[in-house]
Amino acid sequence: MTMNQKIIGTKLNATALENTASHTISVIVDNEVGVLARVIGLFSGRGYNIESLTVAPDDMEGQTSRITIVTTGTPMVIEQIKAQLDRLVPVIRVGDLTLDGPSVERELALIKVAPNPEDREEARRIAEAFRAKTVDSTKGSFIFEVTGKTEKITAFATLMQELGLVEVVRTGVAALARGQDKL
Amino acid sequence: MTTKPLSGAAILIKSLEDLGVDVIFGYPGGAVLPIYDEIFQQTKIRHILVRHEQAAVHAAEGYARSTGKPGVVLVTSGPGATNAITGLTDAMLDSIPVVCLTGQVPTHLIGSDAFQEADTVGISRHCTKHNYLVKDVDKLSSIVHEAFYVATNGRPGPVVIDIPKDVQIQTSDVLHSGRISHRSYKPQLKGDIENIREAVELLASAKKPIIYSGGGVINSGPAAAQLLREFVKMTGFPITSTLMGLGAVSGTDKHFLGMLGMHGTYEANNAMHKCDVMLCLGARFDDRVTGRLDAFSPHSKKIHVDIDRSSINKTVHVDLPIVGDAAHVLEDMIKVWKSGVHSADKEALADWWTQIETWRDRKCLNYTQRDDVIMPQYAVQRLYELTKDRKPYISTEVGQHQMWAAQFYMFEEPNHWLTSGGLGTMGYGLPAAIGAQVAHPDKLVIDIAGEASILMNIQEMSTAMQYGLPVKVFILNNEYMGMVRQWQDLNHEGRYSNSYTEALPDFVKLAESFGAVGIRAEMPDELDGAIMEMIASDKPVIFDCRVAKLENCYPMVPSGAGHHEMILADAEDHEEFSGGAALV
Ligand SMILES: Cc1ncc(C[n+]2csc(CCOP(=O)(O)OP(=O)(O)O)c2C)c(N)n1
Ligand SMILES: [Mg+2]
Repeated sequence: MTMNQKIIGTKLNATALENTASHTISVIVDNEVGVLARVIGLFSGRGYNIESLTVAPDDMEGQTSRITIVTTGTPMVIEQIKAQLDRLVPVIRVGDLTLDGPSVERELALIKVAPNPEDREEARRIAEAFRAKTVDSTKGSFIFEVTGKTEKITAFATLMQELGLVEVVRTGVAALARGQDKL
Repeated sequence: MTTKPLSGAAILIKSLEDLGVDVIFGYPGGAVLPIYDEIFQQTKIRHILVRHEQAAVHAAEGYARSTGKPGVVLVTSGPGATNAITGLTDAMLDSIPVVCLTGQVPTHLIGSDAFQEADTVGISRHCTKHNYLVKDVDKLSSIVHEAFYVATNGRPGPVVIDIPKDVQIQTSDVLHSGRISHRSYKPQLKGDIENIREAVELLASAKKPIIYSGGGVINSGPAAAQLLREFVKMTGFPITSTLMGLGAVSGTDKHFLGMLGMHGTYEANNAMHKCDVMLCLGARFDDRVTGRLDAFSPHSKKIHVDIDRSSINKTVHVDLPIVGDAAHVLEDMIKVWKSGVHSADKEALADWWTQIETWRDRKCLNYTQRDDVIMPQYAVQRLYELTKDRKPYISTEVGQHQMWAAQFYMFEEPNHWLTSGGLGTMGYGLPAAIGAQVAHPDKLVIDIAGEASILMNIQEMSTAMQYGLPVKVFILNNEYMGMVRQWQDLNHEGRYSNSYTEALPDFVKLAESFGAVGIRAEMPDELDGAIMEMIASDKPVIFDCRVAKLENCYPMVPSGAGHHEMILADAEDHEEFSGGAALV
């Protein structure tokens, strides 16, 4: 649903392929031309997986951006990914929100549903249970806005499938470490 | 700093001058004419006109590798830039500092498929350490300074600066001067002292230690090589080196076991396989070095010193990583070692050396000498004996001759060995030799070549002639792409598909057609005289050394095998080889 890539080729020998886990990685970069292409190119060139990727400026002056990447790999591959990101010239800092302590992860989705008249109430009821907002409503359709963890959004979309799901757009994961510290 | 307005092209040349650049290797074209016009009007920077842009980059690499300074390249947009890509990739894989200036179509035409437009920044993103597209003439000078900083600091590498033609013409009064430091790119030089202490303890307690050093020690500078020699002397440890690292310690030092890896020595590979503590300095566990990963040095604790954190734990898990520059870390290691409490386990070390000597006694580089044909190994040995006193710079092409050069030419000093290790680029040697000769006009520079490889950049003879660069091309002419043929022997039951080099030119006449000297040797007894004639010449020479056609290069760890599964020249008693997937 979000940007998805298959692992191209085998990165490591078979023994190192055990214990694949999902990691959320935050990267602060200089906001210069081509920086996103460098980051994405690194993942495709070296055969790393991208499950989700978000990017936007993270300071008022627009000097830096924050890229949040959800990726999977063995501990050795994850360490490689972070080291490879870190040596890109415009990369300022790299953090692993999965390893470095508790964090908050959120995703936002807009979900368009066109239920049969008899299912309209049911769709609304489920939306309420998920604390989704109705941001557009026509005679035959709704757009719900739902925020939460990736799994919650997937669950909501799955339920809507039976009620006439038309299309889904997801932002990808935004995440911050808990507590007062800054990356 | 503000001065009177200058054109972008003038700012570029001024900035290069400020950075101490004395030579550019390049080739002109429409998109760089303003820069060439500036070059014409000054005398501080020399321009060497190559005959192909790939060669410009290799020449810059040869210059860089032999001086420790960054090499500079200037090429035009489109085909000029795309021709440079192989050279840039080569510099990337071997960590050579190169700054490549490329012309680009005017800013307003970018993206319109204009004449000679290529997305240079896009194409070169994966084969450069960093690259820039200059859109504002006011930023040009600081970008040039930053590019040199990035190319030379940390793990060195190639950097591209793409400069649209209109930016070369526009004027600005912004000229950067003095040192630059990068906001986010700040490589760590000093290693963590606690880890260094731990490393020294581990090494002191080792019973079967080995040092495995690589190109990082050369890149770190002559001080690193000096410190490494001191460390080897102090500890009495055996040391082996990668292809890129040759010359860091003397090739004739008794502690030196020769090169390791696919065509490494029996003693080096066995010592790596059996060691209990390994100190890896500025090397990267390349697959040509490690062989099959799960069979690589299975019983050792591994210490890895590297300036690039991403080299650590990339393919081989190490027990003790130290991120830092080789010279800095070695200096600290020596200090800690000397601080008293540490000394090698003398008894164990003596046993270890006894073991190593039995491997050495196997004399794995021996070959069968013949008197009716020149053996390629013999040719390199004679070349070594007859030239070693002049401490020549040796470059190579890629193939068997490259491996024989690595095995039989002993280097006394770092920075004298120029070879394409990571990318294995045929056609590297002649332009690299030219680059080294430009930097060291009075030194002997020899490209040990194969007859197939040399044809990939033979046009550079013309460059050598134009600038009076007396490079010597010593071709081990076996009429085969020998290394390909060897793999076909090994993995394809001797089906020599397209590996015979047919329709070869007459290399003597070819040399003469360039105005250079051509020499041929066909029999062992004429070899010495011919080599003497070559080095006595003050002109570029092509030496056509006819060698045994079907000789294979041993020892060999076949692709997919472990270090202990080496094939030796006298194959009857080679150790068990279980076969493996071939990756040419
Ligand atoms: C540009 C390039 N193309 C292809 C290869 C694959 N290759 C490796 S060695 C070799 C043969 C080289 O032949 P030659 O130069 O005669 O050297 P020899 O092995 O005979 O000493 C080839 C084709 C390569 N390394 N580089
Ligand atoms: Mg050949």
